[in-house]
Amino acid sequence: MYAIFRRELASYFTSPVGYVVAAAFMVFNGIFFYVQCLFSGTSNMTSVFQSMFFIELFIIPLITMRLFAEDKHNRTDQALLTSPVGIASIVFAKFLSALALLLICLLSYAVDGLILSFVGSPDWGVIIGNMAADVLIGAAFISIGLLISSLTESVIIAAVLSFAANVLISMVDTIASTIPWEWMKSAVYSLSFQSRYNSFAVGLVSFSDIVFFLSVTALFLFITDRIIDRRRWA
Amino acid sequence: MIEVRNVSKRYGRHQALDDISFEVKKGDILGFLGPNGAGKSTTMNIITGYISCDSGDVLIDGKNILEEPKEAKSRIGYLPEIPPLYNDMTVIKYLEFMFRLKKIKLPKDEHISKICDSLSLTDVSERIIGHLSKGYKQRVGLAQAMLGDPPVLILDEPSVGLDPAQIIEMRNLIRQLGENHTIILSSHVLTEIQAVCDKIVMINNGKIAAAGNIGQIMGTGRSTTVIRLVIEGREQGIQSVLKGIDGVIRVTSLGETERGCYEFRLESRKDVRRAVSRAISRTDYAVMLMQPAGHSLEDIYLEIISGKQN
Repeated sequence: MYAIFRRELASYFTSPVGYVVAAAFMVFNGIFFYVQCLFSGTSNMTSVFQSMFFIELFIIPLITMRLFAEDKHNRTDQALLTSPVGIASIVFAKFLSALALLLICLLSYAVDGLILSFVGSPDWGVIIGNMAADVLIGAAFISIGLLISSLTESVIIAAVLSFAANVLISMVDTIASTIPWEWMKSAVYSLSFQSRYNSFAVGLVSFSDIVFFLSVTALFLFITDRIIDRRRWA
Repeated sequence: MIEVRNVSKRYGRHQALDDISFEVKKGDILGFLGPNGAGKSTTMNIITGYISCDSGDVLIDGKNILEEPKEAKSRIGYLPEIPPLYNDMTVIKYLEFMFRLKKIKLPKDEHISKICDSLSLTDVSERIIGHLSKGYKQRVGLAQAMLGDPPVLILDEPSVGLDPAQIIEMRNLIRQLGENHTIILSSHVLTEIQAVCDKIVMINNGKIAAAGNIGQIMGTGRSTTVIRLVIEGREQGIQSVLKGIDGVIRVTSLGETERGCYEFRLESRKDVRRAVSRAISRTDYAVMLMQPAGHSLEDIYLEIISGKQN
């Protein structure tokens, strides 16, 4: 499993993908940080985190798009699936490599905090809490992207579909607000990534939100594992 | 070493494999023959555990590929039809990755450099795989299969895309590997199979059409003999003389080979060489060449795949 993790992470940086993703993340983080903190004269980073939610939504499909689609396209999945490695390990290794790239991106929040500590007093609890929240929500988005990547041979289709899925997820709140039946409205609303993320952004960490994101991640990783196994029987 | 028992596989409505069974003994090189689309790659993908079969069993050294996949897979080196190469990696990095992926417990650097040496890959080991020629890629694919020195090697069309010199090199290498490995080699190139393999399994439309060692297959079901003749004279005249000989079934003219001489293929129920010689000598014509042609593996192959086996 470690072999796959290492290869996948290295391949982000032997192609432009890793650099482009990290650069885009950091550029947008820089802009939001400048406008919403430095320029506005506040050390409260909540609005930066809320804005970055949408950047993650765009960026994660770029991280996950090639994970399985490219393997299938180049037939390298034959090397993986005929090695003495279980499918679950393959899925998990690829998941971890994407998460590791996201972690590298998230380090830019720490830089924000360091800059703030020179000009004001940042709330490190909120910053660290948000980095943790980003890891959680990122993991959920990555597991969805991974699943979609396992469904197609085309990297482009994987990216577009994952992006569409992410946008749909971010619209859950809007969709929920239009539902007339109260029970259904609250059921749909409970699937919202954004409202949970926003409560992280203001520094409210709830156990149920953590469990929610971990469960979503586990569920999608499990489905990915089943799909890859299932395809061998098709 | 490799046992394939009653394996069937269906893709939708298409029956890709229909009750295939064969066995490869330790140290044998088995040639797996068949036209494109006959099910060669499907069979190999099932043996290596890449895809599963609908029914039947595959045992590698007694380990069932579906029930004990890790044990079975660790005994196999597989070179698929399209080598599974990461084009963005260097040869050495790729082989190191595959080494780790296969959880091999040999001294890594030493083992990899030994394989690179035997395949003449040392010079390109620092190059990006995507920039290599087809021949080199094929060799990197083979190197990957040889990692960890697995007792079983499954090679799907290993010499496709190689130039003639490389094909001979590949053949020698496979022969050499055959000394201490059990090998299944697929190909639709008959000379390759004939040159390297001890035994053959011929497959057509998902079924085994013939199996056995090369000698047996060449002799199976043959009741006619074939001779090749070059005779000087008039084409029509010669043909009618030949047709008049007792026991001759079919005379095929193959055209003029040198000035005034025509080549014929003569199929008969018994040995008619004496009768031919006498019959021609009674005319003005002259026998320039007479050679028992026999049935080549090509003939048998073509007959079997066109379903005309006697």
